[in-house]
Amino acid sequence: MSLDTVEHAAETPDAEQPWKDLGLKEDEYARIREILGRRPTGAELAMYSVMWSEHCSYKSSKVHLKQFGEKVPENDAMLVGIGENAGVVDVGQGYAVTFKVESHNHPSYIEPYQGAATGVGGIVRDILAMGARPIAVVDPLRFGAADHPDTRRVLPGIVAGIGGYGNCLGLPNIGGEVVFDACYQGNPLVNAGCIGVMKHEDIHLAQASGPGNKVILYGARTGGDGIGGVSVLASETFDDTKPTKRPAVQVGDPFQEKLLIECTLEIFKEKLVAGIQDLGGAGLSCATSELASAGSGGMRVELDTVPLRDSSLSPEEILMSESQERMCAIVEPQHVDRFMEICEKWDVIATVIGEVTEGSQLEIFWHGEQIVDVPPRSVAHEGPTYHRPFARPSWQDALQADDAGKLARPGDGAELREQVLKLVGSPNQASKSWITDQYDRFVQGNTVLAMPEDAGMVRIDEESNLGVAMATDGNGRYAKLDPYTGAQLALAESYRNVAASGAKPLAISDCLNFGSPEDPDVMWQFAEATRGLADGCLELGTPVTGGNVSLYNQTGETAIHPTPVVAVLGVIDDVTRRTPVAFAEEGQLLYLLGDTHEEFGGSAWSEVIHQHLGGMPPKVDLGREKLLGEILISASRDGMIDAAHDLSDGGLIQAVTESCLRGGKGARLVVPDGLDAFTFLFSESAGRAVVSIPRSEELRFNDMCGARGLPVARIGVVDGEEIEVQGEFSIPLSELSEAHEGTLEGLFA
Amino acid sequence: MTARIGVVTFPGTLDDRDSLRAVRIAGAEPVSLWHRDTDLHQVDAVVLAGGFSYGDYLRAGAISRFSPVMETVIEQAKAGMPVLGICNGFQILTEAHLLPGAMLRNNHLHFICRDQKLRVENAETAWTSDYTAGQEISVPLKNVDGRYTADERTLDELEAEGRVAFRYSDVNPNGSLRDIAGITNAAGNVVGLMPHPEHAVEPLIGTGRTDGLGFFTSIIKKLVNA
Repeated sequence: MSLDTVEHAAETPDAEQPWKDLGLKEDEYARIREILGRRPTGAELAMYSVMWSEHCSYKSSKVHLKQFGEKVPENDAMLVGIGENAGVVDVGQGYAVTFKVESHNHPSYIEPYQGAATGVGGIVRDILAMGARPIAVVDPLRFGAADHPDTRRVLPGIVAGIGGYGNCLGLPNIGGEVVFDACYQGNPLVNAGCIGVMKHEDIHLAQASGPGNKVILYGARTGGDGIGGVSVLASETFDDTKPTKRPAVQVGDPFQEKLLIECTLEIFKEKLVAGIQDLGGAGLSCATSELASAGSGGMRVELDTVPLRDSSLSPEEILMSESQERMCAIVEPQHVDRFMEICEKWDVIATVIGEVTEGSQLEIFWHGEQIVDVPPRSVAHEGPTYHRPFARPSWQDALQADDAGKLARPGDGAELREQVLKLVGSPNQASKSWITDQYDRFVQGNTVLAMPEDAGMVRIDEESNLGVAMATDGNGRYAKLDPYTGAQLALAESYRNVAASGAKPLAISDCLNFGSPEDPDVMWQFAEATRGLADGCLELGTPVTGGNVSLYNQTGETAIHPTPVVAVLGVIDDVTRRTPVAFAEEGQLLYLLGDTHEEFGGSAWSEVIHQHLGGMPPKVDLGREKLLGEILISASRDGMIDAAHDLSDGGLIQAVTESCLRGGKGARLVVPDGLDAFTFLFSESAGRAVVSIPRSEELRFNDMCGARGLPVARIGVVDGEEIEVQGEFSIPLSELSEAHEGTLEGLFA
Repeated sequence: MTARIGVVTFPGTLDDRDSLRAVRIAGAEPVSLWHRDTDLHQVDAVVLAGGFSYGDYLRAGAISRFSPVMETVIEQAKAGMPVLGICNGFQILTEAHLLPGAMLRNNHLHFICRDQKLRVENAETAWTSDYTAGQEISVPLKNVDGRYTADERTLDELEAEGRVAFRYSDVNPNGSLRDIAGITNAAGNVVGLMPHPEHAVEPLIGTGRTDGLGFFTSIIKKLVNA
């Protein structure tokens, strides 16, 4: 086939073009022709198709996402907001922290190892592109039923891929989640988060300004992997009738990425770049158009200078390739030699592929012939916007009316005991150490807390002991029952987890995993969840710094539960004041903070004991969450508590079991006045935590809670080698440990 | 005098900064060494840190062993310079034939990261004199190719000469023969082990124990008293 140049396109307006196969709709194709005043060339069509895909353009979601920019709480910490590779917040002492969560769901279903591995690689490059040294990763994961054969196919590969890539990069994996639910059977969720740290003056932005500045592509050679990954994979539902899409998944090389990180950090240190962008989804199409669009507009690229792994690639394929471990930098001419020297030191290939120009067009040439001549903004930022129809699903009322309160409750102590063991040993409530022990949590030597703690925490300054904490949470069952409340519960839980570790929550990132936006039911869930999250962030004072939307998470007609995953970032002035979850000191007093109601809708108990999902999720009181957070942070700073664990899925007994097993100590519990044992143990009321208090601090702690109006109840003492609920039952730690620790290994080893 | 201890960075080394920090905390002067250097910058001892040098794509440590810095390290180690190989560093030392045996893929085939209990078997090497023989310490372990192996004759020799420096003591995490976690050469200046003492030098960080600090204080005492 001859080269489809701009000139040729102008001369052949009626040539047939495969816009449909590239995932474009008819009106979108018409709009491209209108923007250009002619038909697009093959290369231009490739660029528009990937950049206007759901994954890159957020065309279905952006009308809802704009709330995150409108309902912004007053917060002095924000340095860079939504729209850049990742948001940046001030954490004090001149440090800035950037963090983000992204999805790599569809690739991980097709090719679990590589899909998950490149998900880690992509988010790490996003963080790096802001000028930050990546310091930790987290991985919120969701799989189908634990005992389903396909879960056995995807889980070991996904876990090995995350470990294989992240471990080789030298980034501690400090948190995340593992959730099983049949709704994720044909569509596991692989979200990946990363935290990076830098000094304020080192923040870098993705922009290409200054005519004459060079465009340098560096990192791995470009190959045929991941071509069309963005448009074909992320924006369509899986369908058994089409040929296998395996080649569309990218292949990762973590060694190359490690070199890219160190090389890039050295380049930053010498202040050699004017703008920088990582290459991820949509590859060079995205990097060149976004850099040019955010700068003065003009850029000229000689595409034939791009180093290739496969010399037979066409220009369209080079533009669309999602080969991993590549970055694109804008460098002033006088810095080019030094830039190249540093790349050479790290054995990283670097090539000047073009330069910033005076004009306003992105122009791409192939062996001297022009194949792209577009306004970059039209590619990168002016994609279509859809106002998708949405409506409350017809089944929502019936689902909410199916109250979990009517489910049969345990009749006596023996039955309670049996249900406790069943709960803590169920796949969702069991220990995840078989998975998390496949990740390096120690590398870099700054890890203060990691799984199974409530939040991961890393030190960022060795002199002052300044640190940051992060937790990620999401509960699809709650969100299915009520997406608005479910999104706020995810936010509240993540916020509570960070506060329980002793850190002050500052800001959030989110990964919004939903079904097809073409389904009005799903779109309603999305609209409700984003509204809930935006309202919640406004009330808690934690702005959304950025995030990711993953749609089309369904197999055939069945959508996943709406699954907004929220990552809260917190700061702690002195990591030596951190609060772990372990009950480690005999004789310390256990206090339950917050109010407990009969709330079982969407609960772990209703799932494990009755396989039930119905009713309303627990109520949210964000004012209470804020108060609880303040109490937990003050108590940690002033040395009033030695351990804290948030209460969420599984309720009090789950939290106490985890804390006892972690500390190797038992507990004697007394059901407080006004509660029955069942509600005490299994309710999932929000805004609660359990803390372990040295006896010498009891009075001071009680006074603080009383003065601030937080209800607390003394519920027991750390003691012995069993968990005893007075008058009901007792279970030896060894029996709890056997139930809790062995489940995942039994399923997947 | 202050001891100068070098830490080598190969492409793909991950725990170099941690090892430099451990050297500093123990009281010596940390010196960063680059894989392309043949000059060791007058260091008194060298640490080969953990990681995945060259991605470990061929065989762990197989490429690094041929880097310019290793030519000098091998020569100096044979002349008595103390060398500690941690994890990937241990793998490099076996590839370089400074220590016998080899590391295979863990018997369960997974990467494993855990707080590992070790028994110090030889407290007379350059890197272990601050411990006592039989002492139990806890340091992080994290690797995928950690299963120590050697032929029976070599293993018998190591045992007979007291050259098994560390054994796994709570569980054997990877199927290493005779529970071997680390070994020394006959002279006691070259020590290699799979677990990571450099991750256990500060309270609160990592495992929250400082059981690994002894490696670094041992070598500093030896160098300063020399």
